[in-house]
Amino acid sequence: MSAELGKAFAKAKARGEGALVAYAMAGDPDLPRSVDVFAAMVEGGADVLEIGVAFSDPIADGPVIQAASERALKAGATLRRVLDEVVPEVRRRCPETPLVIMTYVNVVMAMGEERYAKLARERGIAGTILPDLPPEESAGIRAAFDKEGVDLVPLCAPTTPPARAEAIARDARGFVYCVSVAGVTGMRAELPPDLSQRLDLVKRAASVPVVAGFGISNAETARPLVAHADGVVVGSALVKAAHSDGPAAAKQLCADIKRGLKR
Amino acid sequence: MTTDTAVGRFGRYGGRYVPETLVPALLELEEAYAKAQADASFNEEVTRVLREFVGRPTTLTPAHRLTESWGGANVWLKREDLAHTGAHKINNTVGQVLLARRMGKKRIIAETGAGQHGVATATACALFGLPCEVFMGALDVERQALNVFRMRALGAVVRPVESGSRTLKDAMNEAMRVWVSQVQDTYYVIGSAAGPHPYPTIVRDFQSVIGREIRTQTQAAIGRLPDAIIACVGGGSNAIGALHPFIGDTSVRLVGVEAAGHGLDSGQHGASLTLGTEGVLHGSRSLVLQDEHGQIQEAHSISAGLDYPGVGPELAHLAKTGRMEVRTATDDEALAAFYEVARTEGILPALETSHAFAAARALARDLGKGKQLVINCSGRGDKDVATISARGVPPATGVKS
Ligand SMILES: Cc1ncc(COP(=O)(O)O)c(C=O)c1O
Repeated sequence: MSAELGKAFAKAKARGEGALVAYAMAGDPDLPRSVDVFAAMVEGGADVLEIGVAFSDPIADGPVIQAASERALKAGATLRRVLDEVVPEVRRRCPETPLVIMTYVNVVMAMGEERYAKLARERGIAGTILPDLPPEESAGIRAAFDKEGVDLVPLCAPTTPPARAEAIARDARGFVYCVSVAGVTGMRAELPPDLSQRLDLVKRAASVPVVAGFGISNAETARPLVAHADGVVVGSALVKAAHSDGPAAAKQLCADIKRGLKR
Repeated sequence: MTTDTAVGRFGRYGGRYVPETLVPALLELEEAYAKAQADASFNEEVTRVLREFVGRPTTLTPAHRLTESWGGANVWLKREDLAHTGAHKINNTVGQVLLARRMGKKRIIAETGAGQHGVATATACALFGLPCEVFMGALDVERQALNVFRMRALGAVVRPVESGSRTLKDAMNEAMRVWVSQVQDTYYVIGSAAGPHPYPTIVRDFQSVIGREIRTQTQAAIGRLPDAIIACVGGGSNAIGALHPFIGDTSVRLVGVEAAGHGLDSGQHGASLTLGTEGVLHGSRSLVLQDEHGQIQEAHSISAGLDYPGVGPELAHLAKTGRMEVRTATDDEALAAFYEVARTEGILPALETSHAFAAARALARDLGKGKQLVINCSGRGDKDVATISARGVPPATGVKS
């Protein structure tokens, strides 16, 4: 397992804050400028970076990230190029920040899961999130990742029954990604009222940090979650900010959300 | 670990690659389907609706003039075009909508390519009184205007999908995204033997009525099983339905025909069994058209129902193990076959079905005289008249103008 992720969460905790896992799409608007977005998010206070690798058929994503995938694919953002051209640059500019890749299982399978795990480790990737790979299908890929010390971060959904959620949490690598709403990625005005209970349940079972994601877009939606989770993931809101107003806007939004994460 | 013997697997293919949000719904569906299957009253109801409403059994028509003109095997047509709504798709939607009702689901969603599955779903929903939304690629909405009207007339909402290639694969992405958001009370009726487990099994079972009827009908007509059965392959539901009951009968050649579009070397086709590589699309591992980076490629076919870059996992398995032979037909070959069948048999086949006819001629000759060939006539061509007539109609035959 990668120790880097645990350390980043511990550091945020020691400062009395929930961790911010900040997502952006590699290659949006192009490969070099997406590096600027990632670096800006770290300047804004992001504790972990989630590097999106585009897939042509993103069934877990809402319109904002779907559109970003289309732009990234047009800019030539393949997994190989993200690992070769984006990740090393982000690593160089933000050496303290753990990096997690988020993509779809077909993209990893096309490279070969072993080959991917090896390359990912060499480039300094701490973990990987594959939203279309439920536990039943993940054993083979997880073994390949474990061998290289790349964490396969599992997801837990609002529809997941409690016993299954506990099993996912117990068995997790890196952190547990609790999907806050039954739905696709995207900003929501309100989060479900039972989310805090769900986070408490997962946290009790998990030996790694627990984060809430999907629908969180600002300090207000993040604030109530810090009592129940170790951090939050923010995606669509950052992608939207970076797309319309550039890296500085993503940095600003990270700083705002970080204020909401103070305990 | 994914093994060859795991549930929902056909050899290496199949599985359940979906967001965690959907997994409990798929487990619930798997369980509900197993219970329904074990319940005689459910099966009786499906059979009764197929008889009273759909018009089953569909006939097995001897194609005398095609047989004569091709000069090979005796040709028989399994007439799914005569099923209510004009295609095999209704066999599956009646079964799935009855299952949804049994599960207490409040609304139905579906994706559609040619519109036949959308019409069949809208029809079953009208029959059983459930609200229905159909996702359809915006390009297909243009290509299949008649079916868009039919769905709306039946009370369904048609939602054009503007993303990606604006065809079937994008409609399926959108249906899955919407399903993820409304999974508690919504049933997703998948239209082909594709998607995450248990859909490929459920759809295959409901469509297998085609093959079971072919079995009894050929026994009655010729006193034995046919020598070959041929069907077109989009996602694969009419093919697996016609072929599955014969998998154990090694004397019967099973043949699937894919869309070669502008040609297999043109990069514009729907031939995922022929040229696809292993990958995950829409929840199952199968053969898909993709680039070296795992990005799904856009398929092309003149027929919206074959314009799909994936294929059901069971057909991928049958093709890879050699039990099913795979052939292809181009857009032009399908069009030529459309007119040939229209003018020799008095049947306007769907453009999808026309692909099966286009490849059947060579197969009939391969088989030779005295052999028996069944062509699965998956649907009728009314929905395609705009596409076909836009290319001009060849002059009348045998009449002085
Ligand atoms: C008439 C007809 N035949 C064949 C197909 C292809 O689908 P499948 O391969 O699932 O039978 C379609 C799909 O819409 C269709 O409408």
